Amino acid sequence: MEEKKKKRIGVYICHCGGNISDYVDVAQVRELAGKDDFVVVAKDVMFACADSNQKDMVADIKEQGLDAIVVASCSPKLHLHTFRNVALRAGLNQYQYVQVNVREQCSWPHHDDRKLATGKAAGLVEAGIRRVMGAESHETIRVSAARSVLIVGAGVAGMRAAISLASIGNEVVLVEKAAEPGGKLAGRKDLFPGDVSGESIVQDLAARVRATPNIKLFCGATVSGVCGSMGQFQVKVNVGGQPAEDLEFTVGAVLIATGFDPYKPEPGEYSMGSPGVIPIGEFVKLVESGSGELMHQGRRVRSVGFIYCVGMRQTKGKNKYCSRVCCSGAIQASLSMHRRYPGVQAYHFYRDIRAYGKQEVMYTESSKAGDVYFMFTEKEPPVVTADGSGAVIKVKDSLTKKQEVEVPVDLVVLVTGMVPQADSGAIAASFKVPIGADGFFNEIHPKLRPVETVINGVFLGGSCQGPKNVTETLSSALAASAKINAVIGKGVIDLDPVIARVDSSKCVWCGKCAAVCEYGALVEMERDGRNFAIVDEPSCVGCGVCAPVCPTNAIELACFTDAEIEGMIDGFALDQNINITETAAAEESAAPSVTMKEYPAQWHMILEAMKDGPISIPDIAKASGLDASLVTRHVMTMNRYRVAEPAGLDDSEQYYLYQQKS
Amino acid sequence: MQKLTSSPKILVFSTEKISDPGIDQAGLRKIHYSPSVYVISVPCSAGIKPKWIMHAFAQGFDGVFIAADGHECSYTPKCSELTNELIEHSQKLMQAKGIDPKRIRMAAICSVCAEQFASHMANFTRILVELNGKAE
Repeated sequence: MEEKKKKRIGVYICHCGGNISDYVDVAQVRELAGKDDFVVVAKDVMFACADSNQKDMVADIKEQGLDAIVVASCSPKLHLHTFRNVALRAGLNQYQYVQVNVREQCSWPHHDDRKLATGKAAGLVEAGIRRVMGAESHETIRVSAARSVLIVGAGVAGMRAAISLASIGNEVVLVEKAAEPGGKLAGRKDLFPGDVSGESIVQDLAARVRATPNIKLFCGATVSGVCGSMGQFQVKVNVGGQPAEDLEFTVGAVLIATGFDPYKPEPGEYSMGSPGVIPIGEFVKLVESGSGELMHQGRRVRSVGFIYCVGMRQTKGKNKYCSRVCCSGAIQASLSMHRRYPGVQAYHFYRDIRAYGKQEVMYTESSKAGDVYFMFTEKEPPVVTADGSGAVIKVKDSLTKKQEVEVPVDLVVLVTGMVPQADSGAIAASFKVPIGADGFFNEIHPKLRPVETVINGVFLGGSCQGPKNVTETLSSALAASAKINAVIGKGVIDLDPVIARVDSSKCVWCGKCAAVCEYGALVEMERDGRNFAIVDEPSCVGCGVCAPVCPTNAIELACFTDAEIEGMIDGFALDQNINITETAAAEESAAPSVTMKEYPAQWHMILEAMKDGPISIPDIAKASGLDASLVTRHVMTMNRYRVAEPAGLDDSEQYYLYQQKS
Repeated sequence: MQKLTSSPKILVFSTEKISDPGIDQAGLRKIHYSPSVYVISVPCSAGIKPKWIMHAFAQGFDGVFIAADGHECSYTPKCSELTNELIEHSQKLMQAKGIDPKRIRMAAICSVCAEQFASHMANFTRILVELNGKAE
């Protein structure tokens, strides 16, 4: 793509109210940027993101005829879209804007050395200028979006999401493999917290689903085909029948809510398979099905031994994770048993109890009810012998210095966790959604984008993503519904143009790019007797994995072209001439003096922590009992007011030490 | 032009979704690392071209560090494998130019790996100081 070389660039260096300018000589960075032949506007501004500055930028772009802009401020994670919008408002292509991260990646980590921080900032800005010079204009790819959603799985997550999406005007196709909706919660009675049974939650949701005209529920059905991409997925649903019938739908987005499977203990694992040894799922059904006397296979049960972490937290095995919900599940089953069958003794054999949040209350309640807890380690698990007339659990109890204890019980309950649903592999293959090392579906980012997948338009809800309890399952299903509606609600979707492209004149079709692409986005083409690769744009996710494997360098990723990346490297490589004189630095950081009496209370606490010499912020936090982030803010201000000062690095070279200003 | 510092210049390739937030967090928490560290963000570490790495060495960088997603990569389960391949390929190109293959390193840096990033930078700086000493 030939692009006219840019000649009129605007550069804005942000002070960030001192977050940058306290540690970087912003004026000098601006001056150095201004010397560049193609920079026609170079300004340093107190807050680049402020409305007033955004207006000034729009005016500069229009009045000075700028064809590209660079803002050196905070991380692009915060304001990339702010300034892209400034460009758009000024009639400039939004991809002619480059954000340079001088706060998180320069002024903050290098705040001890003004000269080096200023030099680095100048290099970062130069790299930004060179990147924008190589930048191409792109248009976001606009696709129309069907206001309909396919939800795979009609458990609580799928049904709750369906109701929520339908209530805001979307059509929903809800597909359930089982004969009835409800998933793992169907038929369950006791849930914690609250006194609503699982059964009634399922019945209520199912009734609402059936009463909603824009939800089509198909039970005993599976997804048999998927093609297309976000906005316009064509899906086939096999709704069973003789002969099996396939229905076709066009949907804008997909929600995967296929849930989990309970871990199935191997035969012989803790004597699984012997009479009187059952998994927790079976035990819960047994408890919830009656009252009075607890009976199992015709024998009265007077004592129960729960063995925790079965199939989970395997250091050397496949399931390295903790399912989190099973500890409280077992404790709850025990309490439920006490309510229905008073007098049955419970023994718990655990590795660690994870009864987080309100579930801690149950743990206390169980201890008060007389439940006995033994702790074991992964290396020395309990040994179960069961012969039909009862069982004995032998354990080295960590709580009593590994004393060996033998506990005879009538019933052994194996507390199993959650494993990926058996069909996940097939579902992952149809939707091309990545699966994590634990076998559950992978989100883009566990904290920042927890319900989205790298496949645009495909979302995750509930425990198909990893172990979750009912509350967490519903939260994630509702989060995914909100995200889905935000994507398809307008009827059109603007896609980021970061996709690969092939220079067909350079391509010799070796097939290497197609072999590494997980998404089938590189396709072989033949024209005029020559074979070469082309990019199927809707399938490309913009990872760029195809580019390095190309032997002829025929592939580039938009926004990450050779010109842009190598331009940045050239910018970094320039060593700028930085002049920081001691007096200039002192003037810049001059601050009014304060007297001891005026110090905030926290300063006295921090000074107290500093009385024995240089100390790091985490240690000040420990000594003073103040929050570390609060200490950071105070110490920075104390530095500015010449009350405290940096005193070099600690031995690990990771933390700065601070001391009282002499 | 006079060099600002003798500290080895390191180019870091970092992934936008996972490593960048970790590196940003090092700044946010004011954890120290060398000011001669420069970061370029890319979508996936397996998309870094050996050509770019060679360009960095040609422009005077002392080392290249790849902050990868490892198992957390949301694009491809083969991420680590493919990144390793491109590093091996780059090392061959480096050797042909007489550049020590130890001047390129990779480690998984996730969104909370602020301290790990700083300590990788400290270690790599030490290694590069040693290599630079040998070269002289």
